[in-house]
Amino acid sequence: MAGTVSTLAYVAKPRQRRSLGDPWWVRAALIGTSLLFVAVFVVAPLAVVFTEALRKGWQAYFAAFADSDARAAIRLTLLAAGIAVPLNLVFGLAASWAIAKFEFRGKALLITLIELPFAVSPVIAGLVYVLLFGAQGWLGPYLDTGNHPWLGPWINAHDLQIIFAVPGIVLATVFVTFPFVARELIPLMQAQGRDEELAALTLGATGWQTFCRITLPNVKWGLFYGVVLCNARAMGEFGAVSVLSGHIRGETNTIPLHVEILYNEYNLQAAFAVASLLTLLALVTLVLKNLVEWRHRRVLEAAAAAELRQFAT
Amino acid sequence: MPARPHRNVLPGFGLSLGFTLAYLGVIVLIPLVALFARAAGLSWHDFLAAVWSPRVVASYELTFGASFLAALFNVPFGVMLAWVLVRYEFPGRKVVDALVDLPFALPTAVAGIALTAIYAKNGWFGQWLEPLGIKVAYTSLGVWVALTFIGLPFVVRTVQPVLEELEPELEEAAATLGATRGQAFRRIILPALRPAILTGFALAFARAVGEYGSVIFIAGNRPMHTEITPLLIVTKLEQYDYRGATALAAVMLLGSFGLLLLVQLVQRHYARPGRA
Repeated sequence: MAGTVSTLAYVAKPRQRRSLGDPWWVRAALIGTSLLFVAVFVVAPLAVVFTEALRKGWQAYFAAFADSDARAAIRLTLLAAGIAVPLNLVFGLAASWAIAKFEFRGKALLITLIELPFAVSPVIAGLVYVLLFGAQGWLGPYLDTGNHPWLGPWINAHDLQIIFAVPGIVLATVFVTFPFVARELIPLMQAQGRDEELAALTLGATGWQTFCRITLPNVKWGLFYGVVLCNARAMGEFGAVSVLSGHIRGETNTIPLHVEILYNEYNLQAAFAVASLLTLLALVTLVLKNLVEWRHRRVLEAAAAAELRQFAT
Repeated sequence: MPARPHRNVLPGFGLSLGFTLAYLGVIVLIPLVALFARAAGLSWHDFLAAVWSPRVVASYELTFGASFLAALFNVPFGVMLAWVLVRYEFPGRKVVDALVDLPFALPTAVAGIALTAIYAKNGWFGQWLEPLGIKVAYTSLGVWVALTFIGLPFVVRTVQPVLEELEPELEEAAATLGATRGQAFRRIILPALRPAILTGFALAFARAVGEYGSVIFIAGNRPMHTEITPLLIVTKLEQYDYRGATALAAVMLLGSFGLLLLVQLVQRHYARPGRA
C-alpha cells in the first residue's frame, strides 16, 4: 500500500524554504488559517484532557490512580503491550529479513497481506476472534471442557478462557499492532541491500553473528521507531479490545476501557485523569518520533558527507 | 539495490519466511478467512436481512456519508497545512508539524471523550455554538467532527513529501513566462499533487469508515440517527446475533479492501512512465 497507511512513517526532509515571492498577506492568511485549524482540531482536544483532569486539583488527580481498579487496568495494559510488542518485534525482524534480503515470488502480495490489519476496523479485529474461539466458533468446541476426557480437567484447572478474558485482549492487541515493526524495517533493509552481510560471511562470520553485528545495528533506529509506534497503539487500542474484553472491573479492563467505564459513570474528572496518562504516552511518542527523525537525519547527512569526501580525494 | 548475485548465500531464508507465513496465517489470515467462511455459510435470506434492514442502511448512510465529508474537508485544509509547513518559515513551525501526527498517536477513546467535552452544551466551543442553533455533540455533526480529527494527518502527510520534491524552478519558469501565482498553483502545483491528494483522501476515508472509539462518545448512538455501522456490529454481538454481526463485518471488510485496492490502482496509474 505504498507505505502510507500509518502517517507516522513520514520523515520530513531538510530543505531550503522558499516562499517564491508569495505576497506577505497571502503568507499571513495561510499561516493564520492553518494555525487556527490546528488549534481547533488538535490543540483544543489536547488541552481539554488536562484541564478536565485537573479540575478538582492535584489531589483528586492522583486519587484516580490510587483506585485498585485503575491499577489493575494499568497492569493489564502493560501485560498486553508487554506480550504483543515483543511478538510483533520478532515477526518484524523475520519478515523484513526474508523480504529484503531474498528474492521470491509473491513478495508484493506478502507485503500487502502484512499491512492488511491496518485496513480492518478495530471492531472487526475483535469480532474475528470471537467467531474463532467463541462457543459457536471453529475452535470453540475444542475449548469446551466437556469434549475432552483428558484435556478437560487441565483446561478447567488452568481456567483457560480466551474470549472475554485476558488472552483475548492480548490477541486483539497483537492483531491491531501486527504491521508496525515490519513496515518500518522492510523499506529500511531493502535500501541497505545485502553487501555488508555478504562481506561479513565471506570473512568467516556465522549467520547469527552477521545478523547481530551487521544487520541489527544498521536498522536499530528504524527498529526503535517501529517499537515506539507499536507500543503506543498497543496501549491505546480501544475497539478491538472492547469487543474481546469481559468488561469486568479489576480483571479484564485495560486503561482505555477503564476510561470508558469512568466516563459512562459520569465520573468525568477521574476519566480524564486516567485519559491524561494515555495522552502523555501519545506526546512522548511524538517526541520520540521527532528525536529519531533528527538522529536519522544526522546519520544520513554524515553518510552524504563521507561520500563527498571520497569524491574529493 | 545491488546487482542480484546469481545465488544468494545469505542464510535463514527458510526460517524467516516460514515463521513470517506461519505467524501471518495464525494471527491474521485464518481469523479473516473464518469470518468470510461464516458469512458465506449464511442463507441468502439471513444475509440480506442482516445487511439491508432500514436501521443498517441508516448506519451506512451516516458512516460512509460522514466519513466522505470529513475526508473531503481535510483535502483543502490538509493541502494548505502541508504548503505552509513546507514553504514558509514561522515560529512554532516544528511544533505544528509534530502536532499533525497527534490524531494518529492519541488513543481513540481519549479523542472521543475530549471532543465530546469540547462540543457539549457547556463545553469550550459548545457554549458558543448551541445558542447559534448548532448542536455538535450527540448529533451527526459530532460524528463528522470526530472523523475529521481522525483523518487530519493523512492528506498532510501524503502531500508534504511531494511538495518538498517539487522543483521550484518549474514555478520560477512559469513566473518568467508571465503566469500569476494563482495560475502557477492551478496549472503546475495542483496537478503534481493530485495523486498524493487522492491517496490521502482515500486513506482518510477508509480509516474513518472503520473508526469506532472516537465516534461512539460524541455520537449519542441513537438508532436510525447517530448510530455508526461498527457500533451496530458491536450491538449485534452483545445481543448474541453472531450471524448478523458476521454478515455486516463481511460487507464492511469488502468495502475497506475495495477502497485500499482503489488507492493502489491510483498510485499505479500515476506511477506509470510518462505520468509522473
